[in-house]
Amino acid sequence: MGKTIAEKIFDDHRVDQPFAGVNVLRLDRVFCHEITTPTAIQDLKARGKDRVFDPGKIKAVIDHVTPAKDSKTALQGKILRDWARRHGIIDFFDIGRNGVCHALFPEKGFVRPGFVIIMGDSHTCTHGAFGAFAAGVGTTDLEVGILKGVCAFKQPDTLKIEITGALQPGVFAKDVILEVIRRITVNGATNQVIEFCGPVVDAMSMEARMTLSNMAVEAGATSGICRPDAVTVAYLWPFIKDEYKDHKAALADYSRYLPDEDAVYAGHEIIDVTDLVPLTTFGYKPDHVKPVSDMVGTPVDQVYIGSCTNGRIQDLRVAAQVVAEKKIADSVRAIVSPATPDVFAQAMEEGLIKIFMDAGFCVTNPTCGACLGMSNGVLASGEVAAATTNRNFNGRMGKGGMVHLMSPATAAATALTGTIINSSLFTGPAQTK
Amino acid sequence: MKKFKGTALCLDRADINTDEIIPARYLTEIDKSALGPHLMEDLELEGFAPQKDLAGIDVLVTRENFGCGSSREHAPWALEANGIRVVIAESFARIFYQNMFNCGMLAITLDKTQIDRLFESAAENFLNISADVDTETITVTAGPDTFTLPFTLTGFEKALVQAGGWVEYADQNY
Ligand code: SF4
Repeated sequence: MGKTIAEKIFDDHRVDQPFAGVNVLRLDRVFCHEITTPTAIQDLKARGKDRVFDPGKIKAVIDHVTPAKDSKTALQGKILRDWARRHGIIDFFDIGRNGVCHALFPEKGFVRPGFVIIMGDSHTCTHGAFGAFAAGVGTTDLEVGILKGVCAFKQPDTLKIEITGALQPGVFAKDVILEVIRRITVNGATNQVIEFCGPVVDAMSMEARMTLSNMAVEAGATSGICRPDAVTVAYLWPFIKDEYKDHKAALADYSRYLPDEDAVYAGHEIIDVTDLVPLTTFGYKPDHVKPVSDMVGTPVDQVYIGSCTNGRIQDLRVAAQVVAEKKIADSVRAIVSPATPDVFAQAMEEGLIKIFMDAGFCVTNPTCGACLGMSNGVLASGEVAAATTNRNFNGRMGKGGMVHLMSPATAAATALTGTIINSSLFTGPAQTK
Repeated sequence: MKKFKGTALCLDRADINTDEIIPARYLTEIDKSALGPHLMEDLELEGFAPQKDLAGIDVLVTRENFGCGSSREHAPWALEANGIRVVIAESFARIFYQNMFNCGMLAITLDKTQIDRLFESAAENFLNISADVDTETITVTAGPDTFTLPFTLTGFEKALVQAGGWVEYADQNY
């Protein structure tokens, strides 16, 4: 019987099957941030097990609230920082070098096809864009990952999502994933792995694939995996050039994780995106999704461009293109948060930061910031945000606030009018519904 | 192994979520014991006064889909900080359920009729429940009455409880 990507990765990493259906997997990476790791560290200390399985495979960052906003978040950062030093974790990213974990770690070349990765963060599924099995876990699983380098997972069922057709100008990976979630709902892939494939995914950059995989968890999926291909190899090349003779050799090696022709899937969705229009969310669940055209005119108080979903250089380029030589509406506050220092530097070099500032945006340092409503742009009760983030839960960006999720293009256009609007008005011919 | 017995409190509501078990504003706490006083402080349930009613409680009995919402492991920790190591319900949300066993705690699923019986007993008398993981039975004492009810766990769940949680299990086995 043929195997899916996840099944192949499981076969490669299984160290034990203590009970039927339970797989204990060897971990290639354990990623850590300052919100969920400190409790794991404290607990290991309390048990007299303050050890790490392999400091080279653990990567840590302070990203959620940075610079610290109060003494509690300062302490969370300090516990992580002290622990990283104590155990010789070299890849620890503190202020000045830090950025949003799921943007920073891929950019540093820490992810490879076929890897098994955990982190105490639900959007760890992002790294599936590289053909890895990457899953968010609770604190105890993280703790065991740190201590022993293993994690237990149920045998995964895979849902194959094939994206066909061709994206129209002004429609992006963010719109595609919102459409996927709209169709399969927030529980549509619970306990399953999503495998994204099809010509539209093949044609996507790694950045766009990360946007796709990032929101797999919003449909309940454990991980969202894209097939490793020439695009993956090209992205990784600076990090793997000493391991392989050429791109072809790397691709041949990674191809062992491609699904078999006769792989067995729990489900298969084919989504033709040729007629897809820009989308946005309208309620408190990520599957409350509508065409932007149905929401036109909805006033917003704040626009937020950033996060692990859409804070990468391509996202900033698109948004800057929309706002270039224009001003944001008086009624709106606009914030752009480049996801990593490299994204920030690149945006400066390309003149994007100037474009945002001239338009009236506030540019912040790389951080999760407003995405989870802890700092850098928390909403007041009753306020509305247009955001390129991934969660619109009630109170996510601030108690009593409403968040509309959308692409960077739509968010940038919305900043210009102060009301939700289709970016095509600023970038090209009007989209019809 | 930890003790799985003591005085039970019945909470007659379905879908009690992790925000109601421990509100998000306490997620910046580093120390698990700091969560203790805030257990269920936002839970709105007629006649329920969290501080008073949870004092001295070891076991919770409740309805469907207990622990739905976010993945925060702070929910079982807040229970444990109050000495509550057993939750008996009609059903559980997936992550909360796994988190309980990962912490070496016990989540027991019983069908509605049996849960109803526990609620009825509790209406008359103090309910004392002791759970035996080896024989997969709970023994219920309510006033003069004593009865037993069977439950089932998977082999892995049993092993986690017996080891005292996933950290101990993994440290012994890998
Ligand atoms: S940017 Fe938002 S969703 Fe992404 S890791 Fe940070 S808080 Fe989580």
